[in-house]
Amino acid sequence: MRALTWHGKHDVRMETVPDPKIVNPRDAIIKITSTAICGSDLHLYDSMIPSMEKGDILGHEFMGEVVETGPGSTLRKGQRVVVPFVIACGQCFHCSKQQFSGCENSNPAETQDLGEIAYGTAMTGLFGYSHMTGGYAGGQAEYVRVPYSDVGPIVIPDGLDDEQVLFLSDILPTGWMAAENCQIEPGDTVAVWGCGPVGLFSIQSALIQGAHKVIAIDHHPRRLELAKSLGAQVINYHDVKVREALMAMTGGIGPDACIDAVGMESHGFSIDNVVDAVKVATRLGTDRAHVLREVLMACRTGGRVSIPGVYGGVGDKIPIGALMEKGLQIRTGQTHVHKYLRPLLDLIGEGVIDTTFLISHRLPLERAPDGYKMFKEDQNTVTKVVLKPDWEKEAA
Amino acid sequence: MSDESIARALQSDAPLTAAVRQRDVANAVAEERGWHEAALVGRTITINRPRAELYAFWRDFRNLALFMENVERVTPGDDRRSHWVVRAPAGRTVEWDSILTEEVENELLAWESAEGADIKNAGRIEFRDAPPGRGTQITATIVYEPLGGDLGKLVAKLFQKEPKIQARRELRRFKQLIETGEISTAKTSDAAPQG
Repeated sequence: MRALTWHGKHDVRMETVPDPKIVNPRDAIIKITSTAICGSDLHLYDSMIPSMEKGDILGHEFMGEVVETGPGSTLRKGQRVVVPFVIACGQCFHCSKQQFSGCENSNPAETQDLGEIAYGTAMTGLFGYSHMTGGYAGGQAEYVRVPYSDVGPIVIPDGLDDEQVLFLSDILPTGWMAAENCQIEPGDTVAVWGCGPVGLFSIQSALIQGAHKVIAIDHHPRRLELAKSLGAQVINYHDVKVREALMAMTGGIGPDACIDAVGMESHGFSIDNVVDAVKVATRLGTDRAHVLREVLMACRTGGRVSIPGVYGGVGDKIPIGALMEKGLQIRTGQTHVHKYLRPLLDLIGEGVIDTTFLISHRLPLERAPDGYKMFKEDQNTVTKVVLKPDWEKEAA
Repeated sequence: MSDESIARALQSDAPLTAAVRQRDVANAVAEERGWHEAALVGRTITINRPRAELYAFWRDFRNLALFMENVERVTPGDDRRSHWVVRAPAGRTVEWDSILTEEVENELLAWESAEGADIKNAGRIEFRDAPPGRGTQITATIVYEPLGGDLGKLVAKLFQKEPKIQARRELRRFKQLIETGEISTAKTSDAAPQG
């Protein structure tokens, strides 16, 4: 099959690789119909992520058609499914608590060691995201092997297009959980740092969940425009002092809840051993931790802080005094995607949520390397690239 | 037990393998058994299944080859003796007989290698109820005599140079197999055509 493979910094290639096969009983093979490039894929593209190996297949936002199933799969051939980027077994303690991104079993035993060194606990398996998270082949390909296919994928009813449901695999539930972690109450103002895909979906979700007002912070004009179109008030941090603006816009109190949808440039998987962790985090803590600092300083006393933006190593100069003295609550974590699939699919079906506004570019899978380059170089206009494996066949 | 730190470690409710001065504990074990040295490995894991089920699975020693990566087979002999065949690098195998020294149903299995074992080893698996609704906590403690020479190198490779890593991987595979019915892997099947 054809697949996008990683070879090093700013070097991704379309190559012919072996087709995936059923390995374990609960596996399914999915023929990809649509797949997206995620903002976090850029960290792989920038070679920020250790434990990548040449030839690894990328991609963790994808959907497609079931073409093969193992004896333990509950899927049937021909079904259209969206697959969560988090791989979860459904049987461990964390899965039983619906904390799917804490699944203890989906990362193979031999690739759990790195997380234990870096975080004190092994990480969960993810698609197409380095060997620290399992080394699973990703979905920017014609086919993908989906483990625990009886637990993760959600079957999509006829009548909903790929583009309406594709983002269920990652960024939509990530934005939704970011808003949910704000525990929004009537009258609340929610401030969102970062108007990338997750930030925009956080804005949309916060408004649906009852926020009185959402304030969005970014510097890309196009992204601020999108935030505005969703109903947010905006702050361009190139022109305005963020904390002062937020205080003025909230009657001198500060936002009730704050979402850090930026994270560090060095993100969650950028550690491969302790030495690297210290080195990488120290180097990158300087340019990105300021969002978290700003959030903690801006949030109102007794407010809530939600961190969907990914942090990877150790940060310093975090205003722990503000955190404690103001009695802030912090909630964070990789998305428990499985938990949100059904309710969000329903909201899409009812027309309450439309995510298609985000898609700025559609390309044949074969042009995936161009997609990465565009996304990397022009984050103002390139808000989301969707790749279609079928397109080159139609063209041929 | 002359060393104060061992005594302290043994007084604590924590497993021996968490001792701050683990080497002292290992030395005491070696002295007790007449080994020239002992290495101590331990790990606790929680498995979301009832204690009796896990105990029964483990007590049938043939099952251990299902999740222990290098174990080719375990053949039960009489009630207390079993024969272990373990794959080693370069197509070799190491073998030993293991004797069950203690058995408390649903709580404890302890063993020791018999006379003439390629690798002298002993260990215990303890099964305890986890907090309500969380299944069972299993603590594995293994001691073995590290060897010099060719066989020593072989054993070092066998344990991937870091027995702790080996032990936690084995327990994770056990957990995966019991909880999910399969062992997680990102590797493609050997049968898959390449190219």
